[in-house]
This record gives sequence, structure tokens and C-alpha cells, in this order.
Amino acid sequence: MSIALSIKQLVKTYDNGFQALKGVDLDVKEGDFFALLGPNGAGKSTTIGVICSLVTKSAGKVSVFGYDIDTQFAEAKKQIGIVPQEFNFSQFETVRTIVVNQAGYYGLKKSIAVERTEKYLKQLGLWDKRDTPARMLSGGMKRRLMIARALIHEPRLLILDEPTAGVDIELRRSMWDFLREINAKGTTIILTTHYLEEAESLCRNVAIIDRGQIVENTSVKALLKTLNKEVFIFDTREALTSVPDVPDYHLILAEEHTLEVEVEKGRSLNELFDGLSQQNVHVVSMRNKANRLEELFVSLVKGSADLADAQEQGVGV
Amino acid sequence: MNPQEQWIALSAIIRKEVHRFMRIWVQTLVPPVITMALYFVIFGSLIGSRIGEMGGFDYMAFVVPGLIMMSVLTNSYSNVVSSFYSAKFQRNIEELLVSPTPNYIILLGYVLGGVCRGLAVGLIVTLVSLFFTDLHIYSLSVTIGIVFMTSVLFSLMGFVNAVYANSFDDISIIPTFVLTPLTYLGGVFYSISLLPEFWQGVSQLNPVLYMVNAFRYGILGVSDINITFAFAGVGVFIVVLAIYCLHLLKTGKRLRA
Repeated sequence: MSIALSIKQLVKTYDNGFQALKGVDLDVKEGDFFALLGPNGAGKSTTIGVICSLVTKSAGKVSVFGYDIDTQFAEAKKQIGIVPQEFNFSQFETVRTIVVNQAGYYGLKKSIAVERTEKYLKQLGLWDKRDTPARMLSGGMKRRLMIARALIHEPRLLILDEPTAGVDIELRRSMWDFLREINAKGTTIILTTHYLEEAESLCRNVAIIDRGQIVENTSVKALLKTLNKEVFIFDTREALTSVPDVPDYHLILAEEHTLEVEVEKGRSLNELFDGLSQQNVHVVSMRNKANRLEELFVSLVKGSADLADAQEQGVGV
Repeated sequence: MNPQEQWIALSAIIRKEVHRFMRIWVQTLVPPVITMALYFVIFGSLIGSRIGEMGGFDYMAFVVPGLIMMSVLTNSYSNVVSSFYSAKFQRNIEELLVSPTPNYIILLGYVLGGVCRGLAVGLIVTLVSLFFTDLHIYSLSVTIGIVFMTSVLFSLMGFVNAVYANSFDDISIIPTFVLTPLTYLGGVFYSISLLPEFWQGVSQLNPVLYMVNAFRYGILGVSDINITFAFAGVGVFIVVLAIYCLHLLKTGKRLRA
């Protein structure tokens, strides 16, 4: 399987001297559904900006499906579709005009542009709004418009920068289904998101970037395996006023009918249930706590911050 | 991109530009026509009748070519500066920057968009002027050549202004403090032969004088300056500014982070 995106030693230093990227190396395989995670200001959007030619890099090499973005920029750009974080279309043009014009910028014939515009606007539920000026759309519709626009030249690599920010749950789920569908058809997808649940649900591989450096790059499964603890949520029949005391287990009373407990992987839960039964606490249902990735994310980013602090203080780490 | 794809991209930009100024025609096409009609009434009919002849023609016939040229150059400039700056402000310029469209096609598209508006307004003003005077064209090639080149030049100037602008105030500073004085002192309303010798020399440093006079020569056959020199000067300015605009696009100044 070929490499969809290859980034080697990418450095970006802004005019004010701030180094946003400090030698980023990243490979994304063709067909992958890849998450690029990181806290605010970590370098996610700068990395995406360089790939899409909206940010000028200071050093390093970037190629998309083997096309160098410097020397083969036209071919490289044809491979990429970008859905940016901020709305970046004319607020005064209609939905259809925006998408058809974008097709023109990629050199697509009018007949193809019109046909594909109808196809993607219908798929994204915007066909009824085709003659509506963009400013009249809701936030979710504007996001879908940017996805339709990014897909009009049928790119092999689709990059989405926080695509579901500010989108309601129902719409987010339908966008996930749509993205899964186009990924299944062969489009490589790179996603940045703040919703770690989103990355866990959609992506196969993940890189975590912090302070301009990749601090982790692996599969989502492998990353989750490194968690040696699991958090379970118990729903109880009785309303609880205090935390039951079960030796060797640290229970938390989340709500009056909900207990949370962190358990080492592989450890039996029988003793815990016995302890709860002895205190007349009856568990009626249990589940894993979601956002496991979030815990890893926090620990990795914290580790990266500690390392940076130590280096700043001249401590050999 | 192959030539056919480049042509499609160019057509898309021009179509977008024309669609933009046609969509807001009340702001883009009507005001210059009303302003010029007032000039025709006041300077041409009311005051002009007392002025008598200018350059061997009655004042109305003399002033019309200058007013047409004035509307062409200001509208070419305004179209590009406002459209490109708005695209920067709304960030929809990124639609083009992420696409494979080469920089020279982006520049050409915006410039030809400016030319379309400049010539559209110029044509309407010309039609309005026919209510006030008879218009005979002395040299069609000079008339069309200089109006087209002037429109291109001022579109390029508008592009540079838009790239450097950081606010909507910045896109009105140059038109107000540079363009308007140059135009009014560029021989639109008078022949520089009326000025003292010193001020004639100063006037000859004003590039607008050459464009207005070349256009007036195309229509009336009279000019204060050498027509060949006017064409050469405008041509050189176009080449220099086009190279500079391409440099701005290549380096991404104020466009890319």
C-alpha cells in the first residue's frame, strides 16, 4: 500500500521567531483514516496549512501520493481536499456557485462540475439549499458545504480540520457515517479533532502532536492497549448518600445512582461485587467509561510538557 | 495544469468577478454613471457653455473623453481592490490558494474582472454622453488600445493595494489621496497648454495625463502629449506591475502565513 502523505523534518518558524513545528515526521498510508490530535496551539493547523500551501514552511519536505508540494505543486494539490476549521467561503454567493466555482479552479469541465455538485450537495443534504446564499445557512450546513466543496475534484486525500466543532450530536453522527462511507470507497482521510471520542470511533491510526513535535504515532488499538487501567460505571438500584467502602478498590460516587471505579486490567471484579453486595448496594447495569483515549492524550501531552520543562531547566532526561 | 484546465480556471475566476459586480450593480454600475451624468450637466452644459472652446473643440466635446477615461480607471481599480481584499477578509481567497491554479492565472483572472467592470462602466458612460454631445471616433485602434491598457494598469494597481491592505480603510486611502488628485490634475477638465510653463512640466510627471490625452486623441484627434510615448509608458508600467504582482503571489505576502 502506497504512502498518501509523507512529511519529513517539517519546520515552521514564524516571522516573530515562534517555532510552531520543530521537525515533524509523519507518514499516512493510502486508505487510512488517520487522526492528528493535540492541544490548542500544538501545531495541528500549521501542519495542515503547510500541506495545503496556506502556510509557507521554513524547512522540510512534504509529498502527497509521491508528488512533492514544492516541485510538483499542481499534481500534489489535485490529490488534496481540505475542509478548514474556519468558514472560508464568500458569504454572499449561493451554495451551488461556491461549489461549481471551486470545480473550475481545479480545471473541471462545466458539465462535470454541475453533475458532481448535484451529487455531493444531495449526499450532504444541501440540494434544497443550492440557491441559498451561504450566509443564510446554519453552522452545520456551512460545514457540510465545505465538505462538498472539498470533494468536488474527488481528491484521494481528504483533510478535515475540526470538522464537527459546534455541530449537534445528530448531525455529527451523520457526518461520521458519510466520512466512513467515502473512506470505505478508498479516500484517505486525515482528521484533527478535539472530540477524542470521534478519533476513537472513526480512526485506525493516530498521531499526537504537542509543542510542534509528534509525541506518539501508532494505531488507535495499540494506543488503547497501553492503558493498564479501565474505568467502569455502575448504575445502582439504591440512591447512595455515601461512597461504599470496599477494601482495595477506589470508588467514586458520580451521582446518587452512579458509581465509578478504576480497576487494573485483568483483575477480577468478583471481590468488588461481593463487597458491594455486603453493603446492600445492588448493581443493575455496568459499562466502560468512554473517552479512554482522552486519558492517554492527557498523559502523553503532560509527559511532553514535563520533558520540555526539564530540557528548559537543563535537566538530563 | 494543462492549457485547457488553465482556461477553465481563468473562466471561473472571470465569471465569479463579473457575477460579483453584476450582483451588486446598484453599488458598482449606477453610482459612476450618475456622477458622470452630473459632470456632463454641470461642467459640460452649464459651466461649459460659458467656457467656450478648449483645444479647438467646444468644452463638452473636450471633457467627455476625459470623463469616460476617469470612470474606466477608477472602476477598474475599485473592482480589483475591493474584490480581492474582500476575498482576503472572508478568507475565500484560500479557495484559489489551495487549488492547482497557477499564480499568473489568478492574477489574470482578477485583472480581467477589473477590466470587465471598467469597460462596462466606460461603455454606459459613453452611451450617456451621447445625450449631451455627438461623439466621433478619430482613431478606433488608439481609442480601444489605450482604454484597454489603462484598465489593465489600474486593475494591477488595485491588486497591489488589496494585497497590502489590512483593513477596509486601507483600500480607500490610495483612491482618495493618490488616484483622485492625479485624475483631476491629469487633464480631464483642461488642456495643460493653459498652465504656466512650470506647471506644464509638473503635469507631465502625472501618468494619468498620458492616458487621458491618448484617449482624447483617439476620439478627437488632439493631444497635449506624444501618443507613442503614452502607449510605451503605460506598457512599461503594466509589465513592471505584473511582475511585482506575481512576486507578491509567489512569496505569499499577506496571503500565506
